[in-house]
Amino acid sequence: MVNIIWASLIIIAILYSLVNGNIEVINNGILTHATSGINLVLEMMPLIILWTGIMKIAEASGLLNSFARLLNPILRRLFPSLPKDHKALGYIASNIAANMLGLGSAATPFGLKAMQELQKDNPKKDTATEAMITFLVLNTGGVTLIPTTVIALRMMAGSRNPTEIIITSILATAVSSISGLTLDYLVRRKNKR
Amino acid sequence: MNVLSKIIIPLFVFLIIIYGVKKKVNVYETFLEGAKEGLIMVFHITPTIIAMVFAVNIFLDSKFLEGALGFLKPALAFSKIPLDIIPMALLRPISGSATLAIMNGIFLNFGPDSFIGRLASTLQGCTDTTIYVLALYFGSIKISKTRYALPVGLFADLMGIIAAFIITFIFF
Repeated sequence: MVNIIWASLIIIAILYSLVNGNIEVINNGILTHATSGINLVLEMMPLIILWTGIMKIAEASGLLNSFARLLNPILRRLFPSLPKDHKALGYIASNIAANMLGLGSAATPFGLKAMQELQKDNPKKDTATEAMITFLVLNTGGVTLIPTTVIALRMMAGSRNPTEIIITSILATAVSSISGLTLDYLVRRKNKR
Repeated sequence: MNVLSKIIIPLFVFLIIIYGVKKKVNVYETFLEGAKEGLIMVFHITPTIIAMVFAVNIFLDSKFLEGALGFLKPALAFSKIPLDIIPMALLRPISGSATLAIMNGIFLNFGPDSFIGRLASTLQGCTDTTIYVLALYFGSIKISKTRYALPVGLFADLMGIIAAFIITFIFF
């Protein structure tokens, strides 16, 4: 998918510019955009490194775990098809807790483990179960409390208040997650009948 | 609201360090260990970022979008939605790096504190890349029949994008 999109962006850009006699812009672009890419990486690098360092402390002290435990009662309601003490629930909680704290790279291994646990009691190994889909919807909602990268780039671009978008992001995320989970619930209920 | 957004990060850092010290974690060493992981992570995403910045930027340079979306202009002007945000909204479920590149372009062109700058920030923060997560998670356990996962995920994205627009209008 990303493969096709990436190729299309480049092919369309070059063809369209050729037709419009605008190819000089593309020529300059090819030569300069790698620098723009590196600059972007350099701009977000300091805050990412700082944040993963801080969050490692949260992980090592067990704070992340306690946070995950807080989520447990909510998760049990969201996954009615799983028994209370299902192993996947712990991984799902850790995945969401890590995502919320902006620890995307720590979240992924938990997510993969959760999927493996869910797959163990899946009767049809090539077909997604209800619990898997609910987890996926919860995950793609991307519940983030602190969007570190966005803040870093705002800061580097000279924003007067780089963190002012935290609240709006949380609200938008909440709308996204709640709508996803609601639709997921409705689909599950309809399938049962 | 403004105060809250300013204290949330200091508060977070404070709590994490205090709790770490209380639990007798060597916070300094642990920080270094985590920072090293962060550095490796940046190293790993660098090629992706360069690939996407390149593709997205020459695409935007070509002005194809202005040509293709010209017919939408009156509707967008009427609803006060800036044209430059459209590619970001469209690419949001597909590639986080691509939208990151567009967002940074918007910061450089219009400033991070402009309306479109704030809108782009909210949009980047509000959902994850559904198609990427779906491919990664289901691919890892060899699930090929994803049933209603994609439509529900994309619906959540769409609602998030609409919410980002409305919330940014209300807040700023």
